Amino acid sequence: MARKKDTTEGKPRSRARRRFLIGSTVAAGGLFVGWQLLGTDGPPDPVALMNPGADEAALNAWVKIALDGTVTVAVPRSEMGQGVHTALPMILAEELDADFAKVRVIGAEIDKVYVNSTMLPDGLPFGPHDDSFIARQGRQVGRWLSGVIGIQATGGSTSVRDGWQPMREAGAVAREMLKQAAADRLGVRAASLETEAGEVVDPASGRRLGYGALAAAAAKIRLETIPALRDPSQFRIIGQPKPRIDIPAKVDGTATFGIDVRLPDMLFAAVKHPPVVGASVKQFDPAQVQRMPGVVKTVAVPGGIAVIADSTWHAKQAIEALDVIYDTGETPGFSTEGLFRTYAAALNESGHEFQDDGDVETVLEAAGSNVMELTYRVPFLAHATMEPMNCTARLDGDRLELWAPTQGPMVSQWIAAGEADLDTENVTVNVTYLGGGFGRRAEPDFIRQAVACAKAVPGRAVQVIWSREEDMRHDTYRPATLAQFRITTDDDGRPRAWANKLVGPSVSGQATMRYISMASDSGPDRTSVDGAAWLPYAIPDMRVEHVLSRVPVRVGFWRSVGHSQNAFYSESVIDELAHAAGKDPFAYRMDLLADSPRHANVLRTAARMAGWDSGTKTKGAPAGRARGIALHESFDAIVAQVVEVAVEDGQPRVHRVWCAVDAGIAINPDTIAAQMESGIVYGMSAALFGEITFEDGSPQQSNFPDYEVITMGNMPLIETEIIKSTEAPGGVGEPGTPPIAPAITGALFALTGQRVRELPVSRHDWSGFGS
Amino acid sequence: MVDFVLNGDAVSVDVEPDTPLLWVLRDTLGKTGTKFGCGVAACGACTVHVDGVAARTCVLPVEAVAGSEVTTIEGIADGGARHRVQQAWIDAQVPQCGYCQPGMIMAVTALLAENPAPTDADIDDAITNICRCGTYSRIRSAIHRAARA
Repeated sequence: MARKKDTTEGKPRSRARRRFLIGSTVAAGGLFVGWQLLGTDGPPDPVALMNPGADEAALNAWVKIALDGTVTVAVPRSEMGQGVHTALPMILAEELDADFAKVRVIGAEIDKVYVNSTMLPDGLPFGPHDDSFIARQGRQVGRWLSGVIGIQATGGSTSVRDGWQPMREAGAVAREMLKQAAADRLGVRAASLETEAGEVVDPASGRRLGYGALAAAAAKIRLETIPALRDPSQFRIIGQPKPRIDIPAKVDGTATFGIDVRLPDMLFAAVKHPPVVGASVKQFDPAQVQRMPGVVKTVAVPGGIAVIADSTWHAKQAIEALDVIYDTGETPGFSTEGLFRTYAAALNESGHEFQDDGDVETVLEAAGSNVMELTYRVPFLAHATMEPMNCTARLDGDRLELWAPTQGPMVSQWIAAGEADLDTENVTVNVTYLGGGFGRRAEPDFIRQAVACAKAVPGRAVQVIWSREEDMRHDTYRPATLAQFRITTDDDGRPRAWANKLVGPSVSGQATMRYISMASDSGPDRTSVDGAAWLPYAIPDMRVEHVLSRVPVRVGFWRSVGHSQNAFYSESVIDELAHAAGKDPFAYRMDLLADSPRHANVLRTAARMAGWDSGTKTKGAPAGRARGIALHESFDAIVAQVVEVAVEDGQPRVHRVWCAVDAGIAINPDTIAAQMESGIVYGMSAALFGEITFEDGSPQQSNFPDYEVITMGNMPLIETEIIKSTEAPGGVGEPGTPPIAPAITGALFALTGQRVRELPVSRHDWSGFGS
Repeated sequence: MVDFVLNGDAVSVDVEPDTPLLWVLRDTLGKTGTKFGCGVAACGACTVHVDGVAARTCVLPVEAVAGSEVTTIEGIADGGARHRVQQAWIDAQVPQCGYCQPGMIMAVTALLAENPAPTDADIDDAITNICRCGTYSRIRSAIHRAARA
């Protein structure tokens, strides 16, 4: 379990040691622009942050080394399956020249030194490749602001992209400190020494000194400059498939997820939320359930009601028995179909233009009747993490401690402090393993409820657990959105002018309002056009705008966010254009990628893997099957996928997926392959079956039987190829998801001639096709 | 009181007899390796063995296992040595978030006890647990690996 102790507790006891460690802290403190700009508090204290034991020495805020040579790396990002507790240590271990078999992981404390300075810049309304002055300035301010706020969060496929430089520098600084300590001991110059798998080696004498024996002395060394980083051609750990550090605990039941936290004398709470969107709790009588077995207390909590009891089962029984009267709110009749009518009306409004190249309207007007108009839509989607939302909290006097499977420990600390009316220094957040995140665990709702319960039973820990039904009915959904395209082509069928208007709520705006009540959702939200604007294809005149249409439903970050629907729209439309031009969808895309060689290479690789045959109708698929292809860039990674489908017993079936990915320098190739598979399966479940629909204000799905997902029986064979690259690392947790939906629907079109413009695929009738 | 054998040890629990075994394991006996996923026996995260047969415990009243032998993820290793399915899971690097994997491993160990060399079709029929990380390909290869071990 990751431990985040508060600094007021750590600092006094470390003060005595602080003086002789100051050299290393200065070295570490000089690492980051963001940190230097903050300046006022001085550099981070590695002892306070790393809590070294008696036989350990902290070399900086990221690494400590024990006498036996064990290297412990502090990872300030949450492990939710994406492999970050292995990838970030690999990066540090590379520059440290550690023996990776001796690397251990701890969760980092909450501290501004661990800031994620990639998330904010990623949200700015500039394209990912926009190199204009204003875009560059904006990103710089975004990084600075990240440091001021001290954003410590996991999401947006940022962990490796953001950690790449600091983890390398932290490893390199520690390595040079160890070399200097060895040089002092051997009476030679540090520059004459080398390092290798946890040892400093003196090539002249052949003497070797283990890091464990050097660490205490090294911790006192002061470096004047940041050492040079290793040339990627010299990498020994990065790029090698390393076994994940967290896996052994995940096969024997010892890995502690949020729901597994067990504390002395603890209580358990079950919650109930209003069944209709926009409704609130009006009245309930705690006495009604007070005499049920094990019930301790029934309390109002943010968003609903909780029953606190001596076991999860007792709490669950009581909350189900409790009669509640609700205020129905302002949207009791809310329905998905009504929402799409609202969206359709909003197409008449103009939205925020994120991209406006050339003169789209003039070209479209000149084209007269030769304008293709297309409308697409996607539904709300639940995250459905395997571990339902939960959090454990204990309030002891003015000390609040949380045990939370959260993607946002800093926000959790801040929100919890507000709920308990405490200073953030009085709030400790212990981040457990996350049983899936996918963006859902960036939300603070379950944190607030745990704090409310803890306040009701001071001194006792309470674990709030949502039932699956509460989790699915009160998710922060991927929004339903509507997309309209007006496109005209040149004589060869290439897009000449492309106008895309997207309608939907602001995910970033809504989420921010849940963190900060005074925030607004009316500003431009880049996630609404991610995957729709700044396409890699050559399109001379292009405009992409987003019309804000608010929804009463909570919407949030869902694996790949805007890319999840916009890649479906954009790539499907490219497929439609290829078909209209009578061209092969692979060849058509390649033609448009003449100026995007990196994208072209990824697409070509996927086609080659699949044995894509442009000359045949099924593109090389065996009889009864057909293939589709899609390409998408997200989170600094480019992914292309070819899928092979059939229709069997009236049901579309995905048999094979070939996936090519260029995510820059590969840290752990095995994790990249795993994340591609994971992103594909997650996107497949959504594309084939996924939808949360509303009628009379209520979601109509509540558990896995009616929110179908891929299982072993309909799992395709997936092959992934990682393209060698010298570019900086991209994200991998999300980029596998966006291309799969359009690749599937493109393949279904090739097979059946039926074009899916509305997800999921299961909404459509396939009974007339296939075997 | 309900008596049964848990991972080889006799246990006696004082709970309402209709309490699902899942919550008895997790909240009463502190065996948290068995997970809560759906509460309706749809996802399999709560799978254990009852007298050697895979059972989904979120809907299984504890009284139904009175006198039975219950084995959880904590009980399948042979002393310090991992069960071959656990080892196969490490060798194939199966888990991602890992939350569903105890249930998967329990379902698979039960399958292999009954069918030592399952085909892909056998696996599809027998292993219906849900994994939202989508680790199914690696689960399949780990099952074949364990079957050969």
